[in-house]
Amino acid sequence: MRHFDELIKELQERLVTMGRVAESMIQGALRMLIERNAAIFEEIETKEEEVNELQIEVDDRALKLAALQQPVGSDVRLVFMASRIATELERIADQAINIGQNAKHLLTAPPLKPFVDIPIMSEICQRMVRESLEAFIRRDVELAGQVLAEEDRVDAFRDQIFRELLTYMMADPATIPRAMSLILISRNLERVGDHATNIAEEVIYLVQGRDVRHRHEIETRSIPAAKPGPRDSGR
Amino acid sequence: MVMIQGAPVADATRAGGRAVTDAPRPRDPGGAAPAGVGPVPETVEVPDPLIKIRTVDLFYGASQALKGISLDIPRCQVTAFIGPSGCGKSTLLRCLNRMNDLIEGVTIKGSIHIGDLDIYAPGVDPTALRKRVGMVFQKSNPFPKSIFENVAYGPRIHGMNNRKELADIVEKSLTRAGLWEEAKDRLDHSALELSGGQQQRLCIARALAVDPEVLLMDEPCSALDPVSTARIEELLFDLKKRYAIVIVTHNMQQAGRVSDYTAFLLEGNLVEFNATERMFTKPSLKKTEDYITGRFG
Repeated sequence: MRHFDELIKELQERLVTMGRVAESMIQGALRMLIERNAAIFEEIETKEEEVNELQIEVDDRALKLAALQQPVGSDVRLVFMASRIATELERIADQAINIGQNAKHLLTAPPLKPFVDIPIMSEICQRMVRESLEAFIRRDVELAGQVLAEEDRVDAFRDQIFRELLTYMMADPATIPRAMSLILISRNLERVGDHATNIAEEVIYLVQGRDVRHRHEIETRSIPAAKPGPRDSGR
Repeated sequence: MVMIQGAPVADATRAGGRAVTDAPRPRDPGGAAPAGVGPVPETVEVPDPLIKIRTVDLFYGASQALKGISLDIPRCQVTAFIGPSGCGKSTLLRCLNRMNDLIEGVTIKGSIHIGDLDIYAPGVDPTALRKRVGMVFQKSNPFPKSIFENVAYGPRIHGMNNRKELADIVEKSLTRAGLWEEAKDRLDHSALELSGGQQQRLCIARALAVDPEVLLMDEPCSALDPVSTARIEELLFDLKKRYAIVIVTHNMQQAGRVSDYTAFLLEGNLVEFNATERMFTKPSLKKTEDYITGRFG
């Protein structure tokens, strides 16, 4: 294996670790909420430090790769992307912290209602994070396209949760603080989905050199099956 | 003779007046820089140094080519010398195996130790030294002999005659130089039948055959096409597991790709010696930054 490819592999491994940790943070925040266990927050905070350190490491490695190895073509796209993906994952971890903080607030009062939509929404968002990174590792444009398609579902959940909680708040103003926290959590989850979507867009850029940011709604429907670039066929 | 004195260029240009090196400078205890030495360079301490260069001055007749150079070269790492033409990088490289001895009118001051050996001490045999310090040149220069004989040449002149052992050395050296697979079926063919890149790898194998500790490379890729260059560069990652490698290169990108440490020389002065990744991302001195970004030189 070329020395450069080894460096790239190490860089990717850091991103995969980051993604795994960030995803487990969301899972932890949801467990905190459902099991009504505030102690889990500490675990999430420890993991956030790990993600932060990994972000710095990924950026440092990407910078050195660019300065020392002079990558071109899909290699240079990869190096820039790695740094951007690290930013997205760090923000996902931040959202997990936000969910944890909102959950903490919720745990100070009795439950407002049984959880139905939020666990499903969280599951979708976690899967989006996982699959966006899987698409990155496998250079899988099709899978990236699937992640993009999930974004609408996540948005629909957010709107549905908002409408439902609105009825609670209108019926009984005493539910407002708890309902607001739940709305915020749905918003946090929706942001996680957005960050995963951004990663998926980066993957499409990496593989096809096509920048689909900000207009992927038009293009997701016509994303062709993954066409290996000239370099990928040999890998 | 032009001697650059005074003007502490290094200090004047140091970013924000802050010394950015990670470690204290390698200086001989009590080894004060002699008069006439230029600016104080930014240097970093290397782990496990094999070669210690101390306040080396070199004169070609009356003209001074190296001015008080001090730096350590580590084992099992690649150290690159960079700088514009005439900065003294090749001269410094050739000090390490006393190749400059062959040039008329050269005077060298200071000391260079390889391990415990003071290589300029009286009584040191340059031929024995060159067994420890192999060299590869810009242009491949195989002997007009067979591939086998090219590699076996060094061990032979050092007294090795056993055909079986020679064959083992040839195989091992060609393997380490990444040429065995291409050459094993035509060891008796003339070395001149090989392509340029293969010839250069043959020269590396020839240097390795006498089991050196140090491999000096003077612009080893500048006569090669990009594919052959990439092969040699990849080879360096293997070779440095066993040897201290010192490479002189005009090609800054190459220094970035292959080296662990980089020394930047200018007009015979060492300007900065630093970890390569540091040098190419956050050089300590403005002058280094200007050179590596192509703003002068």
